[in-house]
Order: sequence, then structure tokens, then C-alpha cells
Amino acid sequence: MSVVEPIDLPQSEADVARRRQVVIDSHAINFGPQHPAAHGVLRLVLEMDGEVVERADPHVGLLHRGTEKLMEYRTYTQNTPYFDRLDYVSPMSNEHVFVLATEKLLGIAPPERALWIRTMFDEITRILNHLLNITSFAMDVGALTPPLWGYEEREKLMEFYEAASGARLHANYYRHGGVSRDLPAGLPEQIWEWSERFPRFIDDLWNLLTENRIWKQRTVDIGVMDAEQALAWGFSGPNLRASGVPWDLRKSQPYAMYEHVAFDIPVTRNGDCYDRYLVRMIEMRESVKIIRQCLERMKPGPVKVEDRKFTPPKREEMKRSMEALIHHFKLFTEGFHVPAGATYTAVESPKGELGVYLVADGTNRPYRCKIRPTGFSHLQAIEVMTRGHMLADAVAVIGSIDLVFGEVDR
Amino acid sequence: MADDRLSLLAETVVQIIPGVRCAGLEQGELVVRIERDAVPEAMRLLRDDPHFACEQMMDLCGVDWPDRAERFEVVYNLLSVSLNHRVRVIVQSDGQTPVPSVSGVWPCATWWERECWDLFGVSFEGLADHRRILTDYGFEGHPLRKDFPMTGLVEVRFDEERKQVIYEPVRLTQDFRNFQFLSPWEGMTSLPGDEKAHLARIGLQERSPS
Repeated sequence: MSVVEPIDLPQSEADVARRRQVVIDSHAINFGPQHPAAHGVLRLVLEMDGEVVERADPHVGLLHRGTEKLMEYRTYTQNTPYFDRLDYVSPMSNEHVFVLATEKLLGIAPPERALWIRTMFDEITRILNHLLNITSFAMDVGALTPPLWGYEEREKLMEFYEAASGARLHANYYRHGGVSRDLPAGLPEQIWEWSERFPRFIDDLWNLLTENRIWKQRTVDIGVMDAEQALAWGFSGPNLRASGVPWDLRKSQPYAMYEHVAFDIPVTRNGDCYDRYLVRMIEMRESVKIIRQCLERMKPGPVKVEDRKFTPPKREEMKRSMEALIHHFKLFTEGFHVPAGATYTAVESPKGELGVYLVADGTNRPYRCKIRPTGFSHLQAIEVMTRGHMLADAVAVIGSIDLVFGEVDR
Repeated sequence: MADDRLSLLAETVVQIIPGVRCAGLEQGELVVRIERDAVPEAMRLLRDDPHFACEQMMDLCGVDWPDRAERFEVVYNLLSVSLNHRVRVIVQSDGQTPVPSVSGVWPCATWWERECWDLFGVSFEGLADHRRILTDYGFEGHPLRKDFPMTGLVEVRFDEERKQVIYEPVRLTQDFRNFQFLSPWEGMTSLPGDEKAHLARIGLQERSPS
């Protein structure tokens, strides 16, 4: 508790009447659940001493939909769309982890072209995610131009999503054993053309923010996590790399085609909001590199496992072949059976390590599917990151750790 | 290559970690089952011993097996950033006796343990903050238990007359239908009149090494 001493004012009678003593008390404020800077439905109970945060207690679960419970009642194919709806700004990366876990238990390996397509769309997704995060983070601390620019670029990327999968957002494009269909004619060329123009946009965004005085005042030395803290609090992805830990699952435990593409992992040292921004900016440039390599090295070929016990047959085949019709019917009513076993599989989603602990019992549905969201542990550390900072800095911290509540609350 | 390293690690686990029931590779992943009482000591060793160096606890979750004597499994997925390996530790719990908390070893365990308590009703000894986390304020029951219905128990709506949000028991216009897809194609192994051939087939399976 702090008391502001009244300043000695000239003692005219009117002044005395107007003068009052202000006592700033320790008090709690409710930040959210409907706060524009809460990035969704976060209720943050902040105990304040004046304008300084003493304790932050996030209440999550306002967007809890029971995904894990629902998944236990649906077949594996019916479950992939749930993953789009977890982290709804990077849908395809989410699908990837579930598809990978199931493929591991099934013991099938998708054909090469499917892996290239997955790698490419993972990186498109990374740019989609980082664009939204960086620009809305900028908006949280007062810059309105970045989100206006960023949304335009996101729209172009979502058109690629739409061309490949038919949906702008909830793609449901990755399937067990490959991807749902091949890229339409002309899409690789469009993506190539976009990848030539996009680095200029990154430059623009970079020039707008990186040396911006206000941006730096709001982010440098705010919400610092050192490497040891970041590890103990279960950080992953850009947030961990911003704290100086060179760790990226794409390099250390590669999946899809990440072994075969050349790219660098940005690592910074300070672990503050500004560094988290820098890491994401540089990651976008690296993603463009990966996308171009995927386009160069992708060869025509099948995009699904050619085993009708796992992937449905072509429609024209169904018109002629009885077996194809039966396979189609069985796959879309019963689904395939996954042999009993358990796996923890993780991918480097744009936000960090997204994991799935999948327990199969030999039936056509998962026995248990635990989703390890990235934002859950990042949000938990908000108490450590905001303690002693101003209220406005709490907003910057929330923006910098890249939260999406579809994923945190599941 | 990676498998060899993990099998070696499994042997080290048995030697160093107290209370190990078994340790081995499942699907190419290192799985260690330990006694409940050994949790604090074992986890501290897994984090601090240079053989394991699991600096991060990426995930903690529960699994419900209602048919078992101790129906809950608590699964810890640990990650070593410096040695690049994952260790999965599994502990059994009956839901009555609490599992020792690891929030003192990894501070991020607090929320995962709260989640496990919320969804499965497994309590943790030494967990400072034992509130629910994902479900609604005032929620009753533990929704990820297998005996909790998928449709839930209460539904919520805004009552126009009382001008407030109210909770009511779930009313379904159609009963929840849980289709059983374990199909006769696989369930019915013998055709009528074909029992002899079927017995011969079963006998073959039993003799085969798998």
C-alpha cells in the first residue's frame, strides 16, 4: 500500500476544498474475459499495487469444448477436423501432429509427394500464424498499421489453403496416410510467385517495427524469461528460442521432409518480448526459404498411401469396382482399426511443441487422446513474467507469448 | 541407432531410478513404469542426473482404465533438450490415494496436475493450488472418466423469466446413440458348419510365435 502525500499548495479556501488525499490501495482487477487484448477468452485476475502487477492469476477454460472427450467417441478420420479448431490460426500444423501419431501406430508411411506438401503447408501455416501474432501484438501496444497490412497478406495465404483444401480456415487437408487430394493445377506456380514478393512485405514490417522507438520502449526488457526459467516452465518454440535455447523439433527430431531442406533456426539471448518478436520475424524469412525448396523438389506422384484399408479409393474407381465401393463404405462408416499401443508424438507447430499422447486399444476410435497445447504452459508462466511490471506491460506479455484459446482450453 | 541409445538409457533407468517396475521401449519410445511413492525422488533424478537431464516436463495427463484395480494412469512426458530424448513415466493411481506432486521439480507441473485433477479426479499431494482449471466454475464430476457420459449431466441456458443463466439436467430429444462398429466381419470368426476349420485356424494362431 502506498500513500501519496498531498503536495503543498497555496492555501486559498477554494484550493482546500478541492484538495483531497489519494490513497492507492492494493486491489484486484478483472482483465477479460471479453478484453480485446486478451486474444480470446482469457480471464486474468490481476492483483495490483497501484498500476504495478503484484500477482496474475489466469482463469482459463472459458472456451473448453471437451475435445478430448468427443474424440473418444469418433473414428480417427472424424477426429482430424477437431484439430483445425484447436489452434485456429494455424490449422494444418495441428492436423499434422494427430496424423503423424496415428500413422506411427498404424505403421504406414505416406508417399514422398504428400510429405513435401505437408512440409510446405506447415511453413505456410507458420507464416499465417506469425503474421497474425506479430501484427496483433503490435496492435496491443498501440500500432494499428501492422494488423491492417498483415491481414491482407494472410488473405493471400488463405487463398492457397482454399485452393488446396476447399476451406480458408478449417482445412481438414491432412489425412492418415497422406493428404486428402493433390494440389490443383497452377497452385505451385502461384505460391512460387507469392514467395518472390513476400520477403519485401517482411522488410516493410521489419522497417515499421524493429527500430521503432515506441515499439522498443514497450517491448524491450518486458517479461524476461532466462533460459533456465523457460525450460522449467515448459516453454517451447519461438518463446524458448528467444530465451537462448537452440531447440527446434524440425531440426532435432525431424519429421516430414525437414531433414532434406536447408534452413536456419533463429535464437536470441534476452528472452524479453522484443526478442520473441525478432525470432518470429526471422522465422518467417526461413519459412519462405523452406517453401521454395519444397516447390523445387516436389515431384509428381501419389499423395496418399495406396492401401485401401486406410485411404479411400478414387470416385471413378468406385463406379466400376465393387471392392472399391466396399472399401469406401467401410472407411466412412466404420473407419480403420488402429492396433493397440500408445505414442507421444510432437511437431514444431508455429507456437511451439504441439504434442499428442494417443492411446489406441485396437478399435476404430482413440481410447484416449491427450493434446499437449503449446499455450498452456506459456500462459502459466505469465505470473512470473508480469510480476512487478505495469498493467500495460501485461498486455505486451500476453501479446508476445502467442496465445490462442482454442488450443489452451481445448 | 536411436533405439540403441534408448535401450541403453532404459538399462540406466533401472539401475539409478528408485521404484522402477519396468522400463523398456514401446513403439520406439522409452516408457518407465514406477511406484507411486517413488515419484518425487525419481523425478528429481530424471531432471538432475546427467544421464537423463530431462530439463522439461512437456506434458502430464491421465488415462482411465476402469477395469483395472488401480484405474488411473498418470503419464509424464519428459524431454531432455540437451541430450535430445524423451522419457515417458507412468504411475498408477486408484483415485483415492493422492499421487505426489512434481510441481516442486518443474513449476509448470502445477497446471497440468490441476488439469488431471479436474478431468480425472486424481489428486496430488503437495500441490499448492488444487482448483479446477478447464471446466466451468462450480462444475461437478470428472468429465474424462470413462463412466462420465459424453453428453454431460447439466446444460446451461438463459432463462428469460428469471433473467439469469440457469443450469438444468440434460434433456435429449433423441437418446445418445453409441454405434458399435466392432463389426461381425471380424467378430464372427466361424461360419455355421465351418467350426472344424475354425478350430484348426485358432490352433494355428496359438502355436504361432506372435
